[in-house]
Amino acid sequence: MSTTPELAILNPVEEVLRKDRIPTIWCPGCGIGTTVNSFAYALMGTGIDLKKTAIVSGIGCSGRVSGYMALDSFHTTHGRAIPFATGLKLANPELNVIVYSGDGDLTSIGGNHLVHAARRNMDLLVVCVNNMIYAMTGGQAAATTPGNSMSTTTPYGSFEPEICLPQLVDACGAVFVARWTAFHVKQLERTMAKALKKKGFRFIEVVTPCPTLYQRRNNMGDGLAAMMDYKNSQQDQERRPHLRSGHGARRRYHRR
Amino acid sequence: MTHADPRCVLTGTHFINGDAACCEGALAAGARFAAGYPITPSTEVVERFASRAPTVGGIFIQMEDELAASIALQGMVWAGQKSFTVTSGPGYSLMMEHIGLAAMTETPCVFVNVQRGGPSTGLPTLPAQGDMMQARFGSHGDYSTISLVPSTPQECFDLTVTAFNLAEQFRVPVMFMMDECVGHMTEKVVIPEASEIELYPRRRASKPPGEFLLFEPGPDLVPEMAHAGEGYNVYVTGLTHDNRGYPLMNPKMQRELITRQFEKISRAADQLTIVESEGVEGADVVIVAYGITARVSRRAIQMARDKGLKVGLLRLICVWPFPEKLIRELAPKVKALVMPELNMGQVVIELERCAGGKCKVISVPHPGGTVHKPADILEAIERGAQ
Ligand SMILES: Cc1ncc(C[n+]2csc(CCOP(=O)(O)OP(=O)(O)O)c2C)c(N)n1
Ligand code: SF4
Ligand SMILES: [Mg+2]
Repeated sequence: MSTTPELAILNPVEEVLRKDRIPTIWCPGCGIGTTVNSFAYALMGTGIDLKKTAIVSGIGCSGRVSGYMALDSFHTTHGRAIPFATGLKLANPELNVIVYSGDGDLTSIGGNHLVHAARRNMDLLVVCVNNMIYAMTGGQAAATTPGNSMSTTTPYGSFEPEICLPQLVDACGAVFVARWTAFHVKQLERTMAKALKKKGFRFIEVVTPCPTLYQRRNNMGDGLAAMMDYKNSQQDQERRPHLRSGHGARRRYHRR
Repeated sequence: MTHADPRCVLTGTHFINGDAACCEGALAAGARFAAGYPITPSTEVVERFASRAPTVGGIFIQMEDELAASIALQGMVWAGQKSFTVTSGPGYSLMMEHIGLAAMTETPCVFVNVQRGGPSTGLPTLPAQGDMMQARFGSHGDYSTISLVPSTPQECFDLTVTAFNLAEQFRVPVMFMMDECVGHMTEKVVIPEASEIELYPRRRASKPPGEFLLFEPGPDLVPEMAHAGEGYNVYVTGLTHDNRGYPLMNPKMQRELITRQFEKISRAADQLTIVESEGVEGADVVIVAYGITARVSRRAIQMARDKGLKVGLLRLICVWPFPEKLIRELAPKVKALVMPELNMGQVVIELERCAGGKCKVISVPHPGGTVHKPADILEAIERGAQ
């Protein structure tokens, strides 16, 4: 009688995921899961006490991240993850509190809270998944949508310029500011690990593709094409460090 | 029940206003954390709390707006503390989304609203009771919570303690509906010994992680609570959720969750019928009033009695849930129920519904800015007695 050996396929980061919540709601090619992978490795690598770690999200595709992590998870209201996290941290300073949410959530509707949490140097790590669009609601322009972009509410192209998050948060007094893209998974992991071990208000922007609602509408191809763009634009930065707005900031901040 | 922590209780006889008494009530109830944003006529509560809290190991944080304050306090609660916020008119409107969040996530907390004249910026320094329907229905969606209305500074202390106790017992946001008059009125307030102040303790998880379900209803339909940092990996969402707290968005789950959240309150209707009645037995006309308006009504009742009319006072202390059974029993026994309110007629809608046509229901509306003239209430009493 022969026995079939049991094959176990282990996700290397499953220890920090809520396995009973997988599969996620995210589309194929979406960059959110990629950032979560880096985050999961960072969590495991730093050896922080996961029982004392809480993750807070607002609302959006990115806002679903808190619900996939095997931590204390809080899925709050649109834009208000930071003030909820502020209360959590103040009332139990032993907690490591991470805010993980979208660009629209953290910087458009919730922009005021971002400014003030940075100003008061609240001991929080904020990860902002910047897909440059309100994705969950179907692809409307956000404060982070680059000028001239097509979105469902800017059918003639957006005529407002986008906000540059690292510069904003830096100006408000954050002690740690970084920007990476979904292409830079290792760099992102290292930055997240570094930030997890630091105190004070820490902010990491991750530029990610939303192939379904941003890339496609703007003829930018699929998720893979976005990766090539991120890779090439990085090289571009090395040569031209003083581009206006978001681009200049990228070079300046990912070195920190 | 447990007892208040003596370090937090300012035992003694004081001459303080309603706002200060409310602050002392919160401290006595065990709230050492609060988040707020300044707004007249409520600011004195948090000003006092900001100086008192650090002396008992607590924190007051002034947030960037009321949206932030009303959710920061919920973070404090999920970290294991008792917490509250204080506001008025415009700030209360901004807090509505998070009152719904607290109802949906069954977060025990207290929202103090020192009511002023509105709508909009209205009358920042003058009284009204115009937010009573907002307290009941202000956030979107369907939910049931508890609203208490004090009518003296002493009650601002006593009922703030009750508000925190009810919040813990039922795991709901409790609305503490003061008004400018009661908030700024200075009177004798007696704060008892800590050992005489009973507190309803947090319903902590009785099962270990792995066995515990965050939203599993207890026998009284209220779930137990685990906090962040206790090893339970809690999952708290404003989405419709199952007993684990996981999002489950379908009509069946919605029905189960929302029905339970209503029933945990409606089942306790008797406990939540909190009123003070005086001279109601054998009266032809009963004034039904709450807050400062109940105090003004006493003068009108005296004037009516001097004229030989049989008038009683039913003062609502808990306005929501509305004391439906009491009114249904009372209505057939009287000629009229008269309800003066510092609004254009809000709670009277509920009074009329519960009276069910069994007696006259007379509204005495007032847009706010000052209190009723007793003569106006007297006139309504005389009409009712005919
Ligand atoms: C107060 C409020 N306004 C609007 C919405 C609708 N809404 C849900 S998600 C969302 C946009 C989310 O965008 P972003 O934060 O960028 O997250 P993404 O979906 O792009 O990851 C909006 C507008 C809401 N839930 N609450
Ligand atoms: S809509 Fe965009 S952001 Fe949302 S899951 Fe799909 S790809 Fe990701
Ligand atoms: Mg987005």
